[in-house]
Amino acid sequence: MHEWALAEAILATAKQIAEKENLREIAEVTIKVGQLQQVEPPILRFALNQMKSDVFKKAKFRILKAKSTLKCRNCGNIWQFNFRKLDKAAAEAIHFVPEVAHTYIKCPKCGSPDFEIVTGRGVWLEDIKGVKC
Amino acid sequence: MIDPRTIVINQRLSKINRIVAVSSGKGGVGKSMIATALALSLSKEGCKVGLFDLDFTGPSTHIILGVPSNVQPEEEKGLIPPKVEGLEYMSLVYFVGDHPAPLRGIDVSNALVELLSVTRWGELDFLVIDMPPGIGDAVLDLIRLVERIEFLIVTTPSFLAFEVVKKQLSLLCELKIPIIGVIENMQMDKSNCVQAETEKIGLSYLGKIPYDSKVEVSIGNPTELLETTIGKALAQIKKSKSELRCRIKQ
Repeated sequence: MHEWALAEAILATAKQIAEKENLREIAEVTIKVGQLQQVEPPILRFALNQMKSDVFKKAKFRILKAKSTLKCRNCGNIWQFNFRKLDKAAAEAIHFVPEVAHTYIKCPKCGSPDFEIVTGRGVWLEDIKGVKC
Repeated sequence: MIDPRTIVINQRLSKINRIVAVSSGKGGVGKSMIATALALSLSKEGCKVGLFDLDFTGPSTHIILGVPSNVQPEEEKGLIPPKVEGLEYMSLVYFVGDHPAPLRGIDVSNALVELLSVTRWGELDFLVIDMPPGIGDAVLDLIRLVERIEFLIVTTPSFLAFEVVKKQLSLLCELKIPIIGVIENMQMDKSNCVQAETEKIGLSYLGKIPYDSKVEVSIGNPTELLETTIGKALAQIKKSKSELRCRIKQ
């Protein structure tokens, strides 16, 4: 997912949670980004800061990285994804739609494209801290 | 942990007047041909139209349209679908090319959510969605995520196809999802069975499309596709039935 589109989604989701939780001000938003999607934390942080308004005015954004773990459904092999091994076009395609990893990545042990993305797929909102009304 | 993507989906679709999923419980009934021809036909009338190929594991609308391999979405705070034959066109093929995309259900769902949340459609009168066959993940996700989804159901006269399609109709009716109607494709005799059965369950029978061997020849040539029985029948259906009429926003 593109960082700007992603930032927009994060802010919309955080705002909805703030409304539900009666927060008048959001102090900190913790975001987890999976290695598979190769989201650039500086770009994401920049986009978040550029787009923030209202309840987010004083908000800080913590961006945590999550390693991508893949598990082969065919042979059970578990491995860490290393996108440096991919060519640029494949890495970019996975950046936009992580599921196309099944087109470009194979199990290093048996060669199967049938694997599970156990951790580190995309982007998750992990925590929100704020001041209650 | 919360997935932030789903919240923005309806916002991304907010500038679209109608969102029509061309779907069938059964494969091989001509959904992709009809979805593409419908999109082209609406566009020819002056509507602003998008076409979204949601058949991730078996995409084919790019072949029907003859999309050149160098066409790619523009990256601008998301993805802007390129214009192909006047349509805003989005497909997973931009990301996989001619390679296979072997996706399981959870992956289909995730890719669908990803593309719906990142694609920035323009102001459209219609977004036509070419669905994969069946009533699996793509159908259930569209029902779950897209507030204004409507279904256009395609069948053939085959007893086998329509028996499967009836299950889909039953599911959609039960869930109170709008069904525009049923189109009978590849008709080879004058039987009115599908029409009678469709009307018996209180749904609109939109019309029949006679089998046309020229359809195969039209693949890759959108102008020719509109000259086949599919293009002609869709034009007739749009004239006589208000359900698919192009109402251009003033």
